[in-house]
This record gives sequence, C-alpha cells and structure tokens, in this order.
Amino acid sequence: MTFFFEVLIGGLLAGVMYSLVALGFVLIYKASGVFNFAQGAMVFFAALTFVSIVERGVNFWLAIAITLAAMVVLAFAIERIVLRFLVNQPQITLFMATIGLAYFIEGLAQGLWGAQVHAIELGIQDVPFKLAGINISQFDLFASGTAAVLVAVLALFFSYTRTGRALRAVADDHQAALSIGIPLERIWVIVWAVAGFVALVAGLLWGARTGVQFALTFTALKALPVLILGGFESIPGAIVGGLIIGASEKLAEVYIGSSLGLNIGTGIENWFPYALAMVFLLIRPEGLFGEKRIERV
Amino acid sequence: MIYREAGQLKTTYAKDQAIFPIRQDRYAMAAILVIAFFIVPFSVSDYWFNAILIPFLILALAALGLNILTGYTGQLSLGTAGFMAVGAFAAFNFMLRVPGMPLLVAFILAGLTAALVGIAFGLPSLRIKGFYLAVATLAAQFFIEWVLIKFGWFSNYNSSGVITAQPMIILGYEFITPRSKYLLTLAIVAVMALAAKNMARSETGRVWMAVRDMDIAAEVIGINILKAKLLAFAVSSFYCGVAGALWAYAYLGSVEPSAFTLDRSFQILFMIIIGGVGTVLGSFLGAAFIVLLPILLNVGAHYIPGVPRDLLSNLELIVFGGLIIFFLAVEPHGLARLWQIGKEKLRLWPFPH
Repeated sequence: MTFFFEVLIGGLLAGVMYSLVALGFVLIYKASGVFNFAQGAMVFFAALTFVSIVERGVNFWLAIAITLAAMVVLAFAIERIVLRFLVNQPQITLFMATIGLAYFIEGLAQGLWGAQVHAIELGIQDVPFKLAGINISQFDLFASGTAAVLVAVLALFFSYTRTGRALRAVADDHQAALSIGIPLERIWVIVWAVAGFVALVAGLLWGARTGVQFALTFTALKALPVLILGGFESIPGAIVGGLIIGASEKLAEVYIGSSLGLNIGTGIENWFPYALAMVFLLIRPEGLFGEKRIERV
Repeated sequence: MIYREAGQLKTTYAKDQAIFPIRQDRYAMAAILVIAFFIVPFSVSDYWFNAILIPFLILALAALGLNILTGYTGQLSLGTAGFMAVGAFAAFNFMLRVPGMPLLVAFILAGLTAALVGIAFGLPSLRIKGFYLAVATLAAQFFIEWVLIKFGWFSNYNSSGVITAQPMIILGYEFITPRSKYLLTLAIVAVMALAAKNMARSETGRVWMAVRDMDIAAEVIGINILKAKLLAFAVSSFYCGVAGALWAYAYLGSVEPSAFTLDRSFQILFMIIIGGVGTVLGSFLGAAFIVLLPILLNVGAHYIPGVPRDLLSNLELIVFGGLIIFFLAVEPHGLARLWQIGKEKLRLWPFPH
C-alpha cells in the first residue's frame, strides 16, 4: 500500500509539471482563441535564454528579469508580425501559424545560444524525504508549490487588476470587449507575455529536472492530453487535468505494465495520456471544465 | 484571352459534368501527364528521381489523403504519419507472410488495413470536434508508433524495428532503377488523384463538404454524419496507407517506425495548408513546395560563405517557420488559390476588365 501511495504521489507531483505547460496554452486560448502549439518552443526558448545568461556570470534574479524582458519582446513581436495579419482567419490557420512559429522560435533559440545541453541549478536538492513512510521527492514538492503560487498569482491578477478584468472580458466576447473600448491588440501582447512568463517558470522547473535541451519542446506534447482532459478554456481544468494525467500515467506504467507480464508497460507514457483523455472526451466532449458549446444552425 | 472559355458551349449534361469542362484545362492536364510520363523519365538524373520526384509524388499522395479528411470533411488530423506507418508495415507483412502475394494487391491490402485503423481512430470524431479531435488523433500517431516498435512481429523480429522492402516485381518485371520506381509511383499517384478528384465532385464529396461547413446543418438535411465522417477517415487513411507503403518500397527501401513521426504528420499538414485546403491541386503544389524548400534553402546557403554548419540548420528552421507564417498571412487559402486568381487574370488579359 505504501508503494501504491508512493507511485500515486509521485504521479500527482509529476502531473503538476504538465499543468505548468498546459497553463500557458489555456491563457492564450482563452484570450485569443489561438491554439498555441509554440508553447513548448517558448518553454525551451525561455529556459535556454535564462541558462545561457546565467552561465555568462549574471546574477540569478537579474537573469530572470532579462529573460522575462525577452519573453515580452517576443510576445510583442508575435502580435505585430504574426497575429495582426491573421485576424479573422479560421482557427486552423492560426494553429498552423503557431506551428510555424514553433519552428521559428526553436531555430532562433538554438541559433542564438547553441544546441548544447545545459544544466540549471535552482538550489534545491532532489533528495526524497520520508513522510509517514512514503518517499516524496523534494524537488517535485517545490515544483508543486511554485505551481500553486503561480496559479494563485494568476487568479489574483485576473480578478483584481484592471488588465486582468480586460483579459477576462476579451476571453468572454471579443466583439463586446472591443465595443466597450478594450484594445484587443494590447491585450494579446499582454496575454502572450503572461504565457511567456508561465513558459519561463515551466522551463526553469523542467530544465532543472531534465536539463535544458531541445527535448523541452516536447513538453507541449505532454501538455496536450492535459488540455483536452481539462478543457481548453479552464485554468482549474489544466491543474486537475495535469493531476489526473500524471497520477494515472504513473499508475498505469507500474500496474498495467507489470500485471500483464508482457513487459508491455514500458513506453506507454507516450500514448496512454492521450487514450485516457480520449475516454474522458467520449463522456464529456468539451473536457472536464471546458465551456459547453452551444451550436445553432 | 489565353484562358477564355467563350464559345465552349456545354450542350449536353455529360459535357456540363465533365471533370475538366474547359478545353484549356484538358490540354494542360494532358500536357502535364505526357511530360510526367514520357519526357521527365528520360531527361532527368537519378538524383532527381530519388531525392525529389519520388518523395514529392508520395508525399503529395499522403497530402491528398489528409486533404480528403481535413480539407473536404473538416476533421483536423495530426495522425497522418501514423496511418502511413500502418500502410508501410502492412504491405511488408502481407508480402512477407502470404506466399506469392502480388505487389499491387499488397499495396491495396495495406491501404485497406490503414483504412480499418483509420475508422477505429475516427470513431471519436462522432462526438469530439475541432482541436479536441486534432489532439485525439495524436493518440493514433503515438499509439501506432509504439505498437510498431514494441511488438517485434510487425518488423519480423528485426532487432532495431527496421523493415526491408522486398523487391518490387509486377508480372515478372522488377522495379529496381530509380526511373522505373518513379514511373510506378507516378502511375499509382495519377490513378488515385483521379479517383480523389472524382470523389470530391460526386455526391460523396458534396456530403463531405456539407459536413465540413456545418455538421449539424448537414445532419438536419438528412446526411448520415456517422457514415460520412467514417468514410472520410477510411478513404483518407487508405490514401495515407498506400503512400506509406510506397514510402517504404519505392522511396527508402528499408524503413523504421521513426520515419513516420509526428514531424512527418506536421509536414503533410503544412503541405495542404500551403497548397490549399480542400483542393486536389493544392496537395500537389504544397507537396512540391515543402519538398523543394529545404533543398533550395540548402543550395542557397552554399552561396553565403562562412556560415557555420549548426547555425545553418537553425537558420533553415527559422526560414521554414517564417515562410509558413508569411504564406498564411499573405494567402491563407494557399497556392491553389493563387492559381485560381491567376486563371481569372489570364481570362481577361491583356484587357483590364
């Protein structure tokens, strides 16, 4: 039983890492209806920029500030160069544009900083500690704490600031938001910048765990089942979805894998979350917390 | 003036429903086929066959398949490469395990196998729509890759999961030179493109387009959505399956599951977006563009001296991504739309109106 809880908690904590990436998707989808495939590339870009600056001898917090500035510039450029020309295009076109953007950012990041693998030192030991007989990874716990703080900050930002309210208005109805004088372009810049910030946090944590390398872009693929499970438009959905996916993935790996005796379990983490999310979708086609679509002819 | 249909009267229903109702189109099509079948094979080098023409044709076929699903029926799919992999491995196993299996029959069976898999993964489309479906089709992509790597049976227990295509023999003739492989691929692609064009302009195609434009409205006017969507998945996967089989047999010769990764799916999706969603012509234009672009970039980069090698590959990514965004911004309906506009212009030329 202890083992079961160990796997479960390990999975839940790993799920938080997925949620972090999924959050970035949700923010942009909510505000602009763009399914931003470049989020993974942004995670990579942010982490690589940060680690390269730190390696040049810059102070930790200063490096974070510089990377954040870079993400804001990136958001600004994306709005100016990409989104502005694609207003009113069908969603699939915007989605394709973000795939192009993903290639662009990946090339840019590696072109600027090189393609070597870097290590990030966040100053947290990855030693497990025991709690009621269960081994818990300290690092994962820290990551969850960070995620909790991040979500809390975002929630406060969305509910109590002027910009946050404007963001929610845009998410609710573009046209109505425009008609009461909310500048759509600026909102998009802000939301992409916030997504860039989330990408930085995710990049730091993922980077500390796996090393900053090209594989970070694949975190996007980890986040997608979380997204469809939780619903594209919901921040709580991203968190709950991440927890469900993380826990069930680990449990499936351990229990389905060993019980079938076929050694079938190894490698199922690539597709198992998708299969699980699909089962959920068959019951709730808009995800757990997604907005119910009302379709009229 | 060049492209004017004045005087070409459609006096019968048959003429009205012809596949190329305008004479210039017929001549152009005939010219293209003659060039592709009789002139190209005898005027280009093996490099062209192997590196450009064969992959172009096969990817165009896969793009055609995806276009049926995404362009005509409106079901966004990211699992194209997975279905190609099914086709490749199915063809290999049919050839391997059934003695005396004719090559073309194996290709058709490979397509049918892919179609069955496509139907299975298309089932969620009945309830899931839009991006949710797109992400769900990723399940197909990853699951198929995993199965093919995980279970040795599919690659005949090759330790690295590589399948080596058997020699291609049809009626005693072995297709071994690049030229003959090109001609075989071309023939298959031409037949299937014709079939796709005809499907698209028949009732089947109109049903698909109705589902794409608004599936609820389509259901209200009495279209069987279940049938339409699953048929689209089946036909699309069939095309992708045959393309995958050709990829293994006519292009690479030996192939492993990692030849059919998500990147390949994206590549094919780019083809239809850049070529034109919902057009047969667009699949070919898009495939040509995507196949030629990296080659051109590579060649172009040679003229810039002093660029280090790893920067070059990153520049390639940047230019590729940038061009995709540029194309989407300038002409979201793709190259096929540019050709449409060009035709309109040619009709009036040299007069302004």
